[in-house]
Amino acid sequence: MDKGIEIRTSPHLKRVISVDKIMRTVVLALLPICAFAVYQFGLSALLLLLTTTGVAMWTEWFFARLSGKGNTLADWSVVITGLLLGLTLPPGFPLWMAAVAAFVGVALGKALFGGLGYNVMNPALVGRAFVQAAFPVAITTWTPAFAPGRFMELIPSTLTLPFMQPNPVKDWVAGLHLDGWSGATPLAIQKFQHIEAPIADAFSGMIAGSAGETSALLILICGLWLAWQRMLDWRIPVSVLAGAALMALPFWLMDSGHYPSPWFVLSSGGLMLAAWFMASDMVASPVTARGVVIYGLFIGSLTVIIRLFGGLVEGVMYAILLGNALGPLISSWTQPRVYGTSKKS
Amino acid sequence: MKHQTAVLDSKLAPEAGLSGLVKRLNTGFLRLFHGHKTFDHGIYPVEHKEWTADKPIRRLPFADELVIPLLQHKGRAAVPIVKVGQEVVRGEPIAHADHFVSVPMHAPATGVIRAIGLAPTAAGPKTQAIYLKVYHAASQEVLYGEHREPERMSAKDIIQSIQDAGLVGLGGGAFPSHVKMHPPAGRVIHTLVVNGCECEPYLTCDHRIMLEQTDALLRGIMIALKATRAERAIIGVEDNKLDAVAHLRARIPKDLPITAEAVQTKYPQGAEKMLIKALLDLEVPAGGLTADVGVAVFNVGTLAQMGELLPNSQGLIERVVTVSGPAVKRPGNFMVPIGTPIRFLLDQVGVDGELGQVILGGPMMGMAVASLDVPVTKSVSGVVALRPEPEDAVRRQVYPCIKCGECLSACPISLNPSMLGELAAAREYATMEESFQLDQCFECGCCAYVCPSNIPLTQYFRIAKSINRDAKKHHEQKQH
Repeated sequence: MDKGIEIRTSPHLKRVISVDKIMRTVVLALLPICAFAVYQFGLSALLLLLTTTGVAMWTEWFFARLSGKGNTLADWSVVITGLLLGLTLPPGFPLWMAAVAAFVGVALGKALFGGLGYNVMNPALVGRAFVQAAFPVAITTWTPAFAPGRFMELIPSTLTLPFMQPNPVKDWVAGLHLDGWSGATPLAIQKFQHIEAPIADAFSGMIAGSAGETSALLILICGLWLAWQRMLDWRIPVSVLAGAALMALPFWLMDSGHYPSPWFVLSSGGLMLAAWFMASDMVASPVTARGVVIYGLFIGSLTVIIRLFGGLVEGVMYAILLGNALGPLISSWTQPRVYGTSKKS
Repeated sequence: MKHQTAVLDSKLAPEAGLSGLVKRLNTGFLRLFHGHKTFDHGIYPVEHKEWTADKPIRRLPFADELVIPLLQHKGRAAVPIVKVGQEVVRGEPIAHADHFVSVPMHAPATGVIRAIGLAPTAAGPKTQAIYLKVYHAASQEVLYGEHREPERMSAKDIIQSIQDAGLVGLGGGAFPSHVKMHPPAGRVIHTLVVNGCECEPYLTCDHRIMLEQTDALLRGIMIALKATRAERAIIGVEDNKLDAVAHLRARIPKDLPITAEAVQTKYPQGAEKMLIKALLDLEVPAGGLTADVGVAVFNVGTLAQMGELLPNSQGLIERVVTVSGPAVKRPGNFMVPIGTPIRFLLDQVGVDGELGQVILGGPMMGMAVASLDVPVTKSVSGVVALRPEPEDAVRRQVYPCIKCGECLSACPISLNPSMLGELAAAREYATMEESFQLDQCFECGCCAYVCPSNIPLTQYFRIAKSINRDAKKHHEQKQH
């Protein structure tokens, strides 16, 4: 009877949720947002997402091979990086630049630190920060959503040859005969002309913006589902959004003609996607319960400060990167009090 | 209280008619209105208690040979007082305690001493044990001991007779009970916490004891109250056993300072520090004893045996064991003589298919045995037989820590297992203790249970603690 009995040390029970399951679930939650981006912006958005995800996966595979780690693609985390990166770029972003962003994000933002679990910052945002600095024009060139024929043709800038400046899209946009298209996002219009886009449009995504940053409502639904699946720490997005709203509120109360309302702050730009899917990146956020709240409030309020007073239109990317950098420090400040002790460990 | 010889006061069958209905109503009422006292954090593993919760305690036949290790408790091993070839009667002392932190052993059956030698243990190393060949034809009535009334004895005499009975913590701790009755100098025990939580999955022996050995349990509580000079006793029971709470409340005489309270069903609610937190909202100071907050904690099984044995001045020779698990054909709760080999126990309940791990105690903190010749000892509350795990589950891929924080929200004493795990991987064992209070960890296994990266955190901490212990010992030796 006791021929094959096994011995291991306790605990002998194990919850069955593993890292790859968590990562797969996050990918699943991102898919509706990707689908909406493709529906909004057409073939160009699809190619953009495929490029960033493909290059990110190749880079992960390449560095894992180089360091003799075996196949780390199986943990699925790099797919999240690729998809998130694609969602933060303008839909007509030249594919070769997107590939550069994906390579830099995974190589510099993740592989060099030692891969999954060791990266200090969110790799997708590292990649985006790099191309923001390298290609400032391309990354602020927006094209209209729901362009007719978006499933038949590509935005001209998409297929720019490597190392070339993007093909201009002005003539192409003019050919679409859209009324009132200014080529600016609602955030930019608010910032420079102090006109708020209707909240309903911003919330539902009927506006210009990055491929996946436009429908706050859809992002909210996907994020809530993920939180309900307990694959996401709900305290992070909630405190990011709360931080942003609380920071925006006094300015709006002082001068509502000049400053955006908290509602507009929450539903515009990349804040929603960033709060639910990027700030909540487990690896780069603090581990303690009180730490994540401080981290979230910091990111939310810093985003608004950059938006209102910085030179940039959108500040959530830098806010998260700074929050990531502060993560370990916040963690060590907020160590929980151990049972039976008065001091913190 | 009236004297009672039967081990089990049995009203076992599910009750029909009016009294059964009243009982069910009582339990239903409790379910709606009981409090939800608990501690911070913890986990909710699948329990499978329904497999055995309604199985009354049954007696099993004796194995042909019983193996009684001389060290079944924390402290010093007992010293044999029998010779090979000597015949012993059930209940007769066969080894005595020659130290305060030690307990004697009693013959669990009438028979003859076959040998005194090494025997396998769950922990691994073989230890000295007495091999007792059982006379199957002999009467197995306990003839040893005489009647006396603990109510009339002094606290000191009671404590002595608890040691003489060989009583240790039957919940799994195996710490000699009489030692806990003695508060350290300068400490006063005001509350006796009676642990009926049974938070380990699968186990239901304490549940059955509360239902079936209620009189013995209450008598044991009164004895312990007298010995510790505590003012009151609180029986803490997880709210997955509300029938036991209702039953106890109905049976506790109004004039006794005993209450039964439900606490939330959550692992590790049965750890004494957690139960004290839940019931009294007190925290045992780090590195301290429960007596530092004026509390002594005893398991319900220990007190039921105390109530049974002391009035007859008998010794501990058997205990209730839950035999369960996916690989067991007929799981149940059994009164098992100490020294019964696990193999015999599994033969009695039937093994279904192939065996994987066989765990003594519960699956969260219990030990997997390397051999089925390991005997049931005083601290074995359960034998859980699992099926072989599929290859891919055994070699679950270990991922790097992704800082998800699950372990921090699972750790019942609010350690930072994520950080401790990284320090352990870097062999920074001293830092683990100095800066992150590793020494407070009681290895409940919550962190390793929840870890999505499958990092064997509890195992890491066990190793780190033993290395730190060795280093400390080495350091002390150097100084002398």
